[in-house]
Amino acid sequence: MVNKTLATVTEAVAPVFDGATILLGGFGDPGLPGQILEALRLQGAKNLTVVHNGSGGGTHSLGGLIHDGKVKKLIASFPSNPGNQSFQERYLKGEVELELVPQGTLAERIRAAGSGLGGFFTPTGAGTDLAAGKESRVIDGREMIFERALHADFAFVRAYRGDRLGNLNYRMAMRNFNVPMCTAAKHVVAEVDELVPVGSIDPENVHTPGIFVDHVVQVARHPEYLKITTEGR
Amino acid sequence: MSLTRDGIAYRVACDLPEGSYVNLGIGIPTLVSGYIPAGKDVFFHSENGILGMGALAQPGHEDPDLINAGKQYVTLNPGASFFDHPTSFSMIRGGHINFAVLGALEVAANGDMANWRTPGEKVPGVGGAMDLAFGAKNVLVTMTHVTNKGKPKILNKCSLPLTAPHCVKRIYTDMAVVDVTPEGLVLREFAPGLDPQTVQSKTEAPLRVAADCKEMNVPPKFHAAQPTT
Repeated sequence: MVNKTLATVTEAVAPVFDGATILLGGFGDPGLPGQILEALRLQGAKNLTVVHNGSGGGTHSLGGLIHDGKVKKLIASFPSNPGNQSFQERYLKGEVELELVPQGTLAERIRAAGSGLGGFFTPTGAGTDLAAGKESRVIDGREMIFERALHADFAFVRAYRGDRLGNLNYRMAMRNFNVPMCTAAKHVVAEVDELVPVGSIDPENVHTPGIFVDHVVQVARHPEYLKITTEGR
Repeated sequence: MSLTRDGIAYRVACDLPEGSYVNLGIGIPTLVSGYIPAGKDVFFHSENGILGMGALAQPGHEDPDLINAGKQYVTLNPGASFFDHPTSFSMIRGGHINFAVLGALEVAANGDMANWRTPGEKVPGVGGAMDLAFGAKNVLVTMTHVTNKGKPKILNKCSLPLTAPHCVKRIYTDMAVVDVTPEGLVLREFAPGLDPQTVQSKTEAPLRVAADCKEMNVPPKFHAAQPTT
């Protein structure tokens, strides 16, 4: 019997190695695997490349990982989010590298990787500073730049419900980067609000089919992500 | 005289036709949704995977899984939908979003727009700004007409790094409504109490005054005695 469930987030992050590339799900709090991130800080892997929309906030979760000096490079669209003290501090000291990617391009580079594509041509960024060093081509009369697929060793996401086959269901705005990220890494783990019996997620509502997921772990949300706040994190 | 920030938002809202799909940037654009009259169907899109977004959530009624792209807690209108990021940006890049209403730091006479890198910023961030500026069918800019030091923001050429070249269709400021056309900028409307000459004096790029150029029709509650900053 297939059983992709794990008992703890500690097991979920055990395989992470120094120098790994990690797709980190979530946009704001929805879909962010806060418990896995805290476990990753304790696990100790370093020289990580993290792919995430923002740069985390404060000194917990991604902000904490950066604060701890575990992140070598961040690939993000909006690392200037409010509350990004940990990233800002290390970035200004030159201790963390930044690859800035427009948000839609970031999502599509991940989607391309998970779909077996080498990359794609997009108009976004053509003729701007973010086109530097990229192949450019005029397609249907419009200048486009080539963006490469973005593969990773690990993807960590949070979903609402999951089952032992790895099927995932998200709630409201949790889907964001998580759907493509689950397709684009060698090792994919989802933390979920609720582990449910196989068959109880209506097939119509499986947003990430289990084929993409290696492990599911049920864990209460990190308390930080249940706080209502206007500060980014 | 000029318009308040809400006045600029109100004026934009008047131009959004029924049935349009609209993405609102942060700042003045966010205020636009508050001025769509009841019964007029305008659908608001949020980059993080929401179409049919409603007003901001009331305190005590926030849902931690329901935020907009500015990380504010929001509500849904009937008929709303959720989707993932690739789908969300297919809506943007694929030209399905009819209007992106964006704040800007500078707009040039040829429609070039700069809004993603500010002078003196410590950490750069682009977010969805470029995707919207390149992808939306119509890019509408809202901004104050001049900087807080009184310098024009509508220029012959942008001095800041571009978000996208040739993308702006119409500019709404506290002083004017200006169209970007292949022949240059056209002044359509000026704020109550102003005149085309005054608007031109606050604008670096030359403005052609439209034959039917008129004073904006905006309720007095949106009039400001001083220029908006």
